[in-house]
Amino acid sequence: MELTSKYQGAYHVITVNAERIDAAAAIAFKEALRSATAGGMDRVLLNLEQVRFIDSSGLGAIVAALKLVGPDRQLDLACLTPGVEKVFRLTRMNSIFQIYEDLGDADLAQAG
Amino acid sequence: MKIWAMLTSRRPDEFMPVAHPAQERYVIAPAAKVVRTFAVAASEAGVRCGLGRIRAFLFAAGLSDETCGTAEIILAEALNNVAEHAYAGRDAGSPNDIEVMITLDGTTAAIKITDSGAPLPGLRPPEGHPPPLEGSGAGLPEGGFGWFLIRSLTTRLSYMRQDNRNMLKLSIDAPAARLTAPH
Repeated sequence: MELTSKYQGAYHVITVNAERIDAAAAIAFKEALRSATAGGMDRVLLNLEQVRFIDSSGLGAIVAALKLVGPDRQLDLACLTPGVEKVFRLTRMNSIFQIYEDLGDADLAQAG
Repeated sequence: MKIWAMLTSRRPDEFMPVAHPAQERYVIAPAAKVVRTFAVAASEAGVRCGLGRIRAFLFAAGLSDETCGTAEIILAEALNNVAEHAYAGRDAGSPNDIEVMITLDGTTAAIKITDSGAPLPGLRPPEGHPPPLEGSGAGLPEGGFGWFLIRSLTTRLSYMRQDNRNMLKLSIDAPAARLTAPH
């Protein structure tokens, strides 16, 4: 799965260039995210604006990514589409992750 | 026609025709149903392909984007369970492994999933309790949400094992002001 990285302030912004994080994509997604975050010390912001659909396998992959970055680093989420937001809300995973409505909000939160 | 749309979610016999004023008299349209059957291969790729076809059908039939999304999550969890567990270690991947029949009546989407895989353990669908979100890191669950999502989003659920086949029936609220039968 294709991810693109950029740095925005202290955030390492990783954009998921896919419409789905589903059972068929979960393993590749986890691997790609592992490579993208390996060795870094920065806060990670996962930009999900292109992701229209996530299932429990995809959700599990994002939780696995949170564990991968470790307890000393942050993994935040941004730009959840309605379908993705619903899955996070139902499973109460929205209480585990810091979620920003857009990339600018994450900047503001950091400045504040 | 707007009135017709509002009334389609009620049983026709609940209404008497309105007699006044005469020009505004209307008749109750019979509840039209749209039924479609899909064949899905029991693999991750097969499920993804099937979900795409089903979602396109539901949207073309007149369901909202939100309802289509709800249906897709439920079907993704149920079909991936079949591919991953019922067909585990079996010869799967034929386009006809799983049959999904969907019946729309303007109010509800009734979904029937039939497969020839192994039965559900204990011959009953799991309770689907949500895994506890304990701690903030290493203890967080990476799975176990499938049946919880299915049960959270369905209004009815039943399971039957018959003639070496599994039959899972699910219903969701699926209001549509006007149903159309897509080609």
